Amino acid sequence: MTDSTRAVTHDYIPGFYIGDRPQVVTSRFEYEDSYTLERFLATDGYKGLEKCLAGTPAQMHEEVKVSTVLGRGGAGFPAGVKWGFTPAGVWPRYLVVNGDESEPGTYKDRLLMERDPHQLIEGCLIACYAAGLSQCFLYVRGEMALAQERIATALNEAYAAGYVGTNILGTDFSVDIVLHWGAGAYVVGEETALIESLEGERGMPRLKPPFFPAAVGLYGKPTIVNNVETLANLPFVALNGSVAYTAIGTATSPGTRMVAVSGHVKRPGVFEIVNGSTTFRDIIYGEEFSQGIRDDNDLKAFVPGGGSAPWFLPDQLDVPFEGREAGTAGSMLGSGAVMVMDSTTDIPAAALTLTKFYAHESCGKCTPCREGGTWLMRLLERVVAGHGTDADLAQMLEVGQTICPGEMPHASSERLGLEAVPFPYKMTTICFVGPSAWAPLHSALTLFPEEFAARVTPAPKRISIPVTALAAAGADQ
Amino acid sequence: MSRLSDHNVVIAREIIARYPKPKSALIPLVHLSQEQNGYVTTEAMKHIAELIGVTPAEVYGTATFYEMFKFEPVGKYVVNVCGTMSCALLGAGELLHHAEEKLGVKAGGTTDDGLITLMPAECQAACTEAPCLQVNYRFRYRMTTSDLDALIDDLRAGRLDGEIPPHGTLGRTRQTIPDDRAVGAVHPDDVTTGPAWIPMEQDR
Ligand SMILES: Cc1cc2nc3c(=O)[nH]c(=O)nc-3n(C[C@H](O)[C@H](O)[C@H](O)COP(=O)(O)O)c2cc1C
Ligand code: SF4
Ligand code: FES
Repeated sequence: MTDSTRAVTHDYIPGFYIGDRPQVVTSRFEYEDSYTLERFLATDGYKGLEKCLAGTPAQMHEEVKVSTVLGRGGAGFPAGVKWGFTPAGVWPRYLVVNGDESEPGTYKDRLLMERDPHQLIEGCLIACYAAGLSQCFLYVRGEMALAQERIATALNEAYAAGYVGTNILGTDFSVDIVLHWGAGAYVVGEETALIESLEGERGMPRLKPPFFPAAVGLYGKPTIVNNVETLANLPFVALNGSVAYTAIGTATSPGTRMVAVSGHVKRPGVFEIVNGSTTFRDIIYGEEFSQGIRDDNDLKAFVPGGGSAPWFLPDQLDVPFEGREAGTAGSMLGSGAVMVMDSTTDIPAAALTLTKFYAHESCGKCTPCREGGTWLMRLLERVVAGHGTDADLAQMLEVGQTICPGEMPHASSERLGLEAVPFPYKMTTICFVGPSAWAPLHSALTLFPEEFAARVTPAPKRISIPVTALAAAGADQ
Repeated sequence: MSRLSDHNVVIAREIIARYPKPKSALIPLVHLSQEQNGYVTTEAMKHIAELIGVTPAEVYGTATFYEMFKFEPVGKYVVNVCGTMSCALLGAGELLHHAEEKLGVKAGGTTDDGLITLMPAECQAACTEAPCLQVNYRFRYRMTTSDLDALIDDLRAGRLDGEIPPHGTLGRTRQTIPDDRAVGAVHPDDVTTGPAWIPMEQDR
């Protein structure tokens, strides 16, 4: 490791590596006490809020709009544009913070909540001020005990110090931030399910369109749902302005992104990367990132954007971490999670871990997901166990078609002479859990057909008895 | 004794008051009852229903959707071993198998002494630290089978009592909103005007 990479990890932040790169959301991670109010205030904490409150809400909203802060929760929708979708004159408006991080492969929101809770709180306040949101609910995944502890402590400190609550910093800006926590259900990360859950209901997604949460959300009122990392970007934007923010990254994907690289790499870890221009080759092989494949094995395939995303091959290593380019190449960036498989990987078994996950997490509201996901899982389990037939593989494609009719996005493969099918897909389900049970398996089947073919036997010939024979048998009795 | 204790009723009322509608407190209150009893009892669900003004069936209906709520007694320690992709690629299967042998229970089971419940689990947002597990939602990273043996020995010997509270307790710090700083929750239908800091003419 060279001095210039300043790649350090600390035992108090397992898996995080600071590099010699711009830091928008991890600037305090090098301090062990980064989560305390004391450290926060000593490192420009709540300075962005002060600056924001010195201007009008409209000015702050405009700053976020021109900064093109893209949503980091999966869909990549610009936050400033979303805030503008609340209908004029309808009150109250709420902010719901999505801290339910549970997409397979994703590890970043938890870090941001555990390591810098005040930064998130400051981001929430800036969003509330700019978009006129009068109460904020910070929904943290139930299984994250430490994040809940750190946020509770930070909120208690921030209330006492006058940063949250009535008349913040002596202005007429008043907002409560309420820590709320879940109880274990992946689908609750979907924004309308999150709202249902916050209303005390089973976490099942609502049908949309016609109504998106910005128009009809929590208690039927306009509600902005933003991801933790999205909001954590706002203090930087408020303090340093859109010019400084857009100076990092590319025009379509400014700023940085938190990316978790896991699986068969030499150095799995979480990295804050420059958005838009960093390629998957950099991330997987770069000295300052994951440093290549373990044991110097060959790369077989990788998941570019969380368990829901279609897979990439070594052919796609030079695709940059940019939403549109990843889409054209046949997948998506999702939640910033790269899972790497080396040449030793049993592809059908790897796909099964994901199909199982989504089948298990189906909320049961729509049939193609509830039945289809489980069906795919059973077929695949049979194939992986070595009891499958070629009819099972055909059946998978048929079930997949009922979830995602038409052509399914996938990567190109020089080896197989395949052209890429760009993102997105069509779907028959309310949310993306159904398609996510199919997408990884579809990629595995399409990009590694030989591994499935080697696992199955020809389906036994069906024996059919002519009706006439049956009638004759019946007549005998 | 499985209704909420007087002490917890005070906490429950504080939590309820933070929401514009009481039913929003349902999940936090079921957590509170699980913290008190180690699992969610029928009596506690009835009590919560009274507190938030819904039927016990509604509490049960919501609570059973969520994986973390246990409706039967579980061990003092629930060990959740992640089996999703990143962990599976790095040996989660063997880890779970080893845990089953060491504890003498199948995944989903509780040891005879009632100390440890072993559960297969899904992605825990620690994928770079695979394979990982949680004990009562406290992480253990990059686990080897010998790490697991040591962990179980430590749990049995009570050496982790300070670090890991009994099953049911999540964050050990609670949010408290001081009265003089609270804006206060208002029923959504009672809000008709925009917030003070948004000049009406500036709203789109
Ligand atoms: C099944 C499903 C699970 C999701 N899980 C999460 C999650 O854990 N965290 C998150 O921020 N967004 C998640 N999302 C995306 C949210 O619906 C929503 O788009 C996001 O929170 C909006 O915030 P952003 O615009 O700041 O990204 C999920 C979406 C789906 C369909
Ligand atoms: S796609 Fe699956 S998880 Fe999503 S609403 Fe339908 S059944 Fe529920
Ligand atoms: S796959 Fe195990 S923590 Fe994410």
